[in-house]
Amino acid sequence: MKKLLARRELSLVLAIILIVGVAIALQPRFASEQNIRSILLWVPLLAVAAMGQTAVIITRGIDVSVGSILGLAGMTTAILLRDYPQLGVGGAAVIGIGLGALLGAINGGMIAFAKVPPIVATLGTLGIYRGLTFIVSGGRQVDDYQLPKDLMNWSLEGPALLSKVPFINSIPWVVWIALLVMILSHLGMTYTRYGRDVYALGGNPDAAALRGIPVNFVTFMAYVLCGIGGGFAGVLYASRYGTVNPSGIGNGFELQVIAAVVIGGVSVFGGTGGAPGVALSCLLLGVVNVALSVLAIADTWQMAIYGLVLLVAIVADERFARSARKRAGEAV
Amino acid sequence: MTSAAVSPVSGEVILSASHISMRFGPVEVLADISVELRAGEVHALLGENGAGKSTLAKILGGVYKPVAGKLALLGNEITLSGPRDAAAKGIALIHQEPLTFPDLSVAENIFIGRQPTKAGRIDWAKMRQDAEKYLAALGVTLDVSAPVRGLSVADRQMIELASALSLNAKVLILDETTASLTPGEVKKLSAVLDRLKAEGKAIAFIGHRMEEIFSICDRISVLRDGLKVGETLRTETNVDAILRWMVGRDVHHLVERGEPKLGDVALDVNGLTRKPRFADISLSVKAGEIVGLAGLVGAGRTDVLRAIFGLDTVDSGLVAVVGTKLVHHDPARAMEAGVALVPEDRQQHGVLMPQSIWENGSLAIMPRLAKLGLVDDKTARQKSAEGTQRLAVKMRDDEQAIRELSGGNQQKVVIGKWLLTNPKVLLLDEPTRGIDVGAKAEVHRVIVELAQSGLAVLMVSSDLPEVLALSDRVLVMRGGQIVSTFDRKDATAEGIIAAASGATLAEVTA
Repeated sequence: MKKLLARRELSLVLAIILIVGVAIALQPRFASEQNIRSILLWVPLLAVAAMGQTAVIITRGIDVSVGSILGLAGMTTAILLRDYPQLGVGGAAVIGIGLGALLGAINGGMIAFAKVPPIVATLGTLGIYRGLTFIVSGGRQVDDYQLPKDLMNWSLEGPALLSKVPFINSIPWVVWIALLVMILSHLGMTYTRYGRDVYALGGNPDAAALRGIPVNFVTFMAYVLCGIGGGFAGVLYASRYGTVNPSGIGNGFELQVIAAVVIGGVSVFGGTGGAPGVALSCLLLGVVNVALSVLAIADTWQMAIYGLVLLVAIVADERFARSARKRAGEAV
Repeated sequence: MTSAAVSPVSGEVILSASHISMRFGPVEVLADISVELRAGEVHALLGENGAGKSTLAKILGGVYKPVAGKLALLGNEITLSGPRDAAAKGIALIHQEPLTFPDLSVAENIFIGRQPTKAGRIDWAKMRQDAEKYLAALGVTLDVSAPVRGLSVADRQMIELASALSLNAKVLILDETTASLTPGEVKKLSAVLDRLKAEGKAIAFIGHRMEEIFSICDRISVLRDGLKVGETLRTETNVDAILRWMVGRDVHHLVERGEPKLGDVALDVNGLTRKPRFADISLSVKAGEIVGLAGLVGAGRTDVLRAIFGLDTVDSGLVAVVGTKLVHHDPARAMEAGVALVPEDRQQHGVLMPQSIWENGSLAIMPRLAKLGLVDDKTARQKSAEGTQRLAVKMRDDEQAIRELSGGNQQKVVIGKWLLTNPKVLLLDEPTRGIDVGAKAEVHRVIVELAQSGLAVLMVSSDLPEVLALSDRVLVMRGGQIVSTFDRKDATAEGIIAAASGATLAEVTA
């Protein structure tokens, strides 16, 4: 499995180099600092949300409400900071993340305990959470001048400790935060029993139950983690964009998150994949995103291209899984 | 009926089950079973398919809760809340199809859910070491870091056994563990069991093959139709006596077959091969004839039916139905030629559970009923009624959902559905599985009547009395081949079991 993962990660790195190379060859403006910044600031949102989704998809589930979780948590955080600035950025962030966890717990409860199929449960909450975003905001957006400067600074400044280091000092907090989340996710999935239970459940659900793995709890927690990721990404969104609009925030984000996870090597058939591949695939999508805009390909194409890349990745996984089973002499 | 000759115990009783009863819905599968597993002893639980052995194994392993009866561990009454609880109490269940996780490593498969940790994080190095230690104790070498995908069933069973050892299990329950092993692998397993026995483990061994049972086990209990019919020490019995226990049963509830009126050959199968499931299968069934296909689970009987019906492709061989040659055919072609298949698993393949009786009953002829792609409900209901009336399905009305019917009546709707296609050959796979005794007789009556009306019937069944009562000829499959053929007058339960399990005649009559 390690070799297989390594192969996936290698091909992601090659894809990133290829796209960057092609973009630079066609349009030298690509390599400007402003463009790189633009990628760096979008990727952390995606990566933080994708880490939770990774656990969900490994268990053979899916959470399509993650964009709405991001929306409701980000909107709520922005409103709190506008109306109660005394909470502080940290306090509001904790509330935003906690709200994400709660929304994830609602999904997880329906799926793990009430046995509602994941796609049905989260499609329902996709609508509900989006509706709540409009309700709490009264349909009005929060503007950047209403938010504390500290929040914006997460996307502008790096840690003071690194301010003297050339180049590194231009990397803002959000990137460091996302890196930390990815490292913690990787450690959690590799070095905790819970992480391993997630893989076991996705690999063979019947065996997991008979081997005494607390299947319902493991499933439930995967959606809670996904909610935490979505909530955290919502807070980062408010920092990144400043302007938080109830219909704009996180709209269609689920497609990007699920694409990132699947392209990153997490099989929709469960049981395989992990944080490193997903992190690279987030970077890949970021590069693609910027390349498209630098090459003046209309925004409207982005969704279609994500969808296409996602399907290609799923089909490739399916074919790969089949050939792996064939080699192993199992029924195809 | 327990043999009075059971001699003094060879070791302390570790796990005892007393007066265990179990039912699934209305079907009673175990009644008042008592067994004891002793330290340093391998106790075989034998019986035909469906006798209740695996259910008993699952009760001992904590998977099922019995409806009545008690379990006691070292004399103290226990209840098991699940397999994990059983494992924690030192009882490990090893499954026929091992419970492994293909993408996780060998080491993790052994320790899943209880990996060794150091300072809160999984200690992968120690886990690999421990895995190697337990595998070595079984005399097995495997790359503990490699994923399990691709390992043989035998290796995966060793992983489960290693897992049991790592739990310090006192009781090991092996549920049909040898069913999918090669003779060489069985030998290895048997050596491992000797080793475990010497360490004082109490072992329950569920199996079929007499040869294995007699070489591995110390004590034998036989189940039949959910009842325990006897227990004996191996040294005090022989294959013949055990076979008699397994099959000896009243046959009064079975139907009169009567004298068959045989016509021309309706189904002719020649040299059919689909490796590795079956090879060189040749058989023919005449119009009006019932041919039984007997054998153990995994002998390839269902695969043969599927291939005849065109569900699976074959490597070579010919199928002809009343002169129509079927080559590389699909089920639609087979149906056109006059073949109908009533599958083994009604729930999965036979019926659409939430749909009404008439919708199920008219399903097979839907394409024929369709006009411009649309089906007229009224015609469909009429047609379905032809089938259900002919087979006397007991129902409130035909709008009733089929899942509300009993198993026997569901099966009649399935058979009726196929009769509407005017088949010439009827393939039946375990036609009475999961159907209670009274309703079985009804289904048997239907099968006999259909044969009398000129249908050629090829029936796979693991229910020996059923095979004996209905079949004009019995073919026995073992390891993907037809190994014996019995005419009705020569067919005996002992003979069929001996052929199916590979015991030699000498052993049976010894």
